[in-house]
Amino acid sequence: MLETTFILLLVGVFAGSLGALLGIGGGMIIIPILSVVLGLPMRYAIGASVIAVIATSSGATIAYLKDDLLNLRVAMFLEIATTIGAITGAILTGVIDGKWLEVLFGIFLVYSTYNMIQKLRSKIKTDAMGVQDDPLARKLKLQGSYYDQLDQKEHSYQVTHVPGGFAMMYGAGLASGLLGIGSGVFKVIAMDTIMKMPLKPSSATSNLMMGVTAAASATVYFFNGSIQPHIAGPLAIGILIGASIGTRLMQRIHPRLLRMIFVPILFIMGVQMILKGFGVMH
Amino acid sequence: MAEKQPTITKKEMDNVEDIIGRVMQVGVILSAAVIVIGLLMLFVSGKSGYPAGVHPTTFTAIGRGVAALKPYAVIMLGLFLLILTPALRVIVSIYAFWEMHDQMYVWITSLVMVILIIAMVIGRAGI
Repeated sequence: MLETTFILLLVGVFAGSLGALLGIGGGMIIIPILSVVLGLPMRYAIGASVIAVIATSSGATIAYLKDDLLNLRVAMFLEIATTIGAITGAILTGVIDGKWLEVLFGIFLVYSTYNMIQKLRSKIKTDAMGVQDDPLARKLKLQGSYYDQLDQKEHSYQVTHVPGGFAMMYGAGLASGLLGIGSGVFKVIAMDTIMKMPLKPSSATSNLMMGVTAAASATVYFFNGSIQPHIAGPLAIGILIGASIGTRLMQRIHPRLLRMIFVPILFIMGVQMILKGFGVMH
Repeated sequence: MAEKQPTITKKEMDNVEDIIGRVMQVGVILSAAVIVIGLLMLFVSGKSGYPAGVHPTTFTAIGRGVAALKPYAVIMLGLFLLILTPALRVIVSIYAFWEMHDQMYVWITSLVMVILIIAMVIGRAGI
């Protein structure tokens, strides 16, 4: 048992530093390792991963104490949707058979690699211009402004399609609770693609929301026994150590190269989890 | 008027972020310290304090376990504190919006807090 604890600590350090370097949540790395490599039941892997998401998010808040990019109002308003989604997801996890969770997670991994490849290939996307805020956005005071280091200007922006963004956020919360992931990808889709927020404040706000969303599902998992102390404990500490190593390494390692190495591994892991879920392999 | 409003809000927001950052820092360090103590106890004693496959999940069980210095109970306490750190952020934000006289967001943020509490009730009901 003590060996397992030590291995999990190392898994945490690895996932934490890699996650910080690649800008992805720890869940994408942790769940395949816990489920495929260590053979843990999905329920415990998901419970531990949710803790890892909180450790990543809260740890990051300490690293970047002040973040001018984030929009606290957008975060809090949309958290109503993500937390309800997360609770729904956490309840569903208790009902759905573990093998379907593996299949779903595998599909999520394959989709994420597709997403990362798109990002690698495309040039930097320009933010939408001339967005009109919809009446709801005005009523909720969601518009904001941020200072861009690149052109050293203050940019103000409007927010639109609030109901659509809110619905997408429920989905993001559901995925987060169901699979134990931060689901930053879906959150950025809601803010950037649907609500037309500029990418920089979108991702900063998404990072902030990740922790609160995961706290909702983690509470359910904590009290229903899915969070195991000997799995989640060492993992959380490992993540906190790993995240600070990762942030320090960031200046020395080229994230693009790392991503090119890592994307195929994630893809293989995804396919493996789908096959495992269908009982083709163990 | 419309030009002036955002700058005031922004300055107040910066102040809020400072408070949130500091609160989170204390929360994360405290929870990590408790988990590490629990793990060290587990390593030293080599026992979890519970039968195989069992760990405490209720406040009373964890409280009793911590008082009896059971490693699993201490780790669970630390994990619970870690789960609370994002909730701390929500609580501080309620206060911040209150200070900004933003009544609507006091309600919105309080609603998020209520949802987090409901999550606890659902988890304890064992659903």
